Amino acid sequence: MAFASIHVPNFMVQAVVSAEPELRGCAVALVDGVPPLCVVVALNETARMAGIQLGMSESQAEEFCTVEIRKRSLARERALHAALLDVGWSVSPRIEDTAPETIVLDIAGLHLLFGPEENIASELVRRAAALGLSAHVAVSANLETAIHGARGVSGITLIPPGEEANCLGLLPVHALCPTIEIQETLARWGIRTCAEFAALPMLQLSERLGQEGVLLHELARGARLRSLVLAEPGTCFVEEMELEEAVEDLEPLSFLLGRLLDQLCARLRARSLAAAAIHLRFDLGDFFGKEVQVQREKSLEEVTSKIYEKVLNLPVAMGDSKTLLKLMRLQLQANPPHASIMKITLMAEPARARAAQGGLFRPSIPDPEKLELTVARLASLVGDANIGSPELVDSHRPGNFRMGRFVPAREEPSVRRKIRCGVVAPDNSEENAELQFRQTAIAFRIFRPEWPAKVELRGSCPAYIIFRGMRGNITTASGPWRTSGDWWREDEWLQDEWDVNVRLDCSAAQNKRPSYASSREGLYRIYYDALRQGWFVRGRYD
Amino acid sequence: MAGNLARLRSQVELALAGRVAAPFTYRDRNFAEHVSTGIAEIDLLAGGLPRGALTEIFGPDCSGRTSLLFSALSMRTAHLEACALIDGCDAFDPHSAEAAGVDLKQLLWVRCKNIQQALRATDLLLQSGGFGFIALDLSDVSREVVRHVPLDAWFRFRRAVEDTQTILVVLEQESNAKTCASLVLHLEGETGRWATSTQTQAIPNSISKLLEGFDVRAEVLRSRVQPVVRTTFRDGLAAANASGRSAIYEAHAPWNYSMGARSGLKPK
Repeated sequence: MAFASIHVPNFMVQAVVSAEPELRGCAVALVDGVPPLCVVVALNETARMAGIQLGMSESQAEEFCTVEIRKRSLARERALHAALLDVGWSVSPRIEDTAPETIVLDIAGLHLLFGPEENIASELVRRAAALGLSAHVAVSANLETAIHGARGVSGITLIPPGEEANCLGLLPVHALCPTIEIQETLARWGIRTCAEFAALPMLQLSERLGQEGVLLHELARGARLRSLVLAEPGTCFVEEMELEEAVEDLEPLSFLLGRLLDQLCARLRARSLAAAAIHLRFDLGDFFGKEVQVQREKSLEEVTSKIYEKVLNLPVAMGDSKTLLKLMRLQLQANPPHASIMKITLMAEPARARAAQGGLFRPSIPDPEKLELTVARLASLVGDANIGSPELVDSHRPGNFRMGRFVPAREEPSVRRKIRCGVVAPDNSEENAELQFRQTAIAFRIFRPEWPAKVELRGSCPAYIIFRGMRGNITTASGPWRTSGDWWREDEWLQDEWDVNVRLDCSAAQNKRPSYASSREGLYRIYYDALRQGWFVRGRYD
Repeated sequence: MAGNLARLRSQVELALAGRVAAPFTYRDRNFAEHVSTGIAEIDLLAGGLPRGALTEIFGPDCSGRTSLLFSALSMRTAHLEACALIDGCDAFDPHSAEAAGVDLKQLLWVRCKNIQQALRATDLLLQSGGFGFIALDLSDVSREVVRHVPLDAWFRFRRAVEDTQTILVVLEQESNAKTCASLVLHLEGETGRWATSTQTQAIPNSISKLLEGFDVRAEVLRSRVQPVVRTTFRDGLAAANASGRSAIYEAHAPWNYSMGARSGLKPK
């Protein structure tokens, strides 16, 4: 049995720096509290060297011009803790969530995958670095020793079995996290290191410090035994960012979204997952200057809401942050928030990453991620409702259809497929398919909306028609083909359709619509709408 | 001298590395794979539709342009290729396309409101890549408007589709792409054919006629690339109909083979 502990030193500062990578290498101090009583609660080594101390007031800290002052972010700390757990789960399924900045992994048996324990520790450090974390790792056969080793020693620490007391002996005694009272007592006794503490007699120690002293003594000797408290693998991937200054424009917002998406995708990748959907949520602040105009365009409820939510549903699981950012930008351009943004929350619905290999003999199909981006761009160009794959609906209403999502088939062509007009090709060879072709279907083009027409009847048959500036004799007509339906609804229909051959009067056409002048004869479908009491041209055969 | 040339050549190749592959290698542009349109007469006449090239199909209203488009779409979608239709005038009828054998699930339909949207959508789809067939339907856009499409747009389309497996088809009322089109087909519709029905007597006030279809005369005005792979379809009737640079084929109403939205009404 072996355990590896990962500890993130200076957790609060790292949480803020992970959201602002440009702060790496800078002196950073975090303040917390209720203004104006904010005090420094965390700082990095560079800030300490510059003279900042814990407990300083914010105004005092601000006098150090080389030090970056930031507010402590609980949201970022939660996200960093989740990222730390993801690093653990990417290596081992058995993990203990010891503290926000510390986790323990059961690494028994992992040598088959990663090699010796040293390699496992290096891999953990590498994976943590990929998520923007600077971590300390300690490996030991004793769980508590691994934890305190990671907390006390920087870098990678390998503690051989039986050497626990020696390794921990060099650590200061406060590395065992005793209470303040015990720390003060030990300081009065002159006990500074774990080795000195472990050398104290157990019986006398228990008489003076009680059970807590005994527990600390066991820890200092590396003799404390306990089992791992397993954590459930999380399925929720959330990244949050609270903004000190509200964001109003898309460009800076994209910059922030890009950072969060990078982090989110890195976490998903660490777990070999991808995003099936991204939930975007903005906590809104003040309205924009163009509030009045926006209010006219949007519903009152939408405008007064302090929350802006969007869901980016993806047809295939994606893990590329750049593609996701482009899709999100397009969606935000189409539906921008109506007020400035104070807080950003991104949540990814995890799914298995797509693993597909293209076949040499399969027809070319667009790359799903590229296709989604193209469709989103086209949707922003022509509108969401005007792009997709047409689907026929179960209705006899003329021209009835709906638009569905375009998801081209990716599997091999089936053995038997419908090619045309109910004829079935016996296999997937093009030659055999072509042999089935004997008839070309006449195509119909719809006028949207239908063209109003004036029709003169001879008996009950259309004989002359005027529409869109054109007029002509109807030389042949076939009909009426009556259709009706939905009589129980307000939008019922009752129509008599005719297929007509129109010989257009070219002189009239040239005067009014020159573009149709060359069309001397044409095949049209016209209909009489009994409810509207009028004639219309539905479309043209072409 | 020869050494200088070799050195100069290697310098140019080095400078263009990563941008132009083998700049001094002659590229034979006549090589193109042709695929069937689904109409035997057109395949015999033009060898089918060339991949990696722009094909222009033009003609007046009711000349069979859309029928040819649906036929080609049905072939490509049957082979599970991703197809796109950029509808310049929002005139596409899914029922008619489905009756013509188009697998609508394989078709991306972009309904445009004007020609600017249609051209921009074509650019985006061509840049996206992976589509086997892209059709730009400008059939109902007036001739004057299409004439004003700058020539560089057609050049851009041609360059974008070059060296890809995509078939780009443009439907118009008259030819505008000039030399950018590798294949230009001119279609003319003949008079509609009507059949007398025997069952329509049951419908009061009805006329005992039924639209059967119409004949289409197709003519090849330009064919830049010679097809390497000719269609293997050999049909005596088709061969007789396709002679020289023109051919005649029939377009049939879908209800003639028991399909279409009104199959229940129309006598079979």
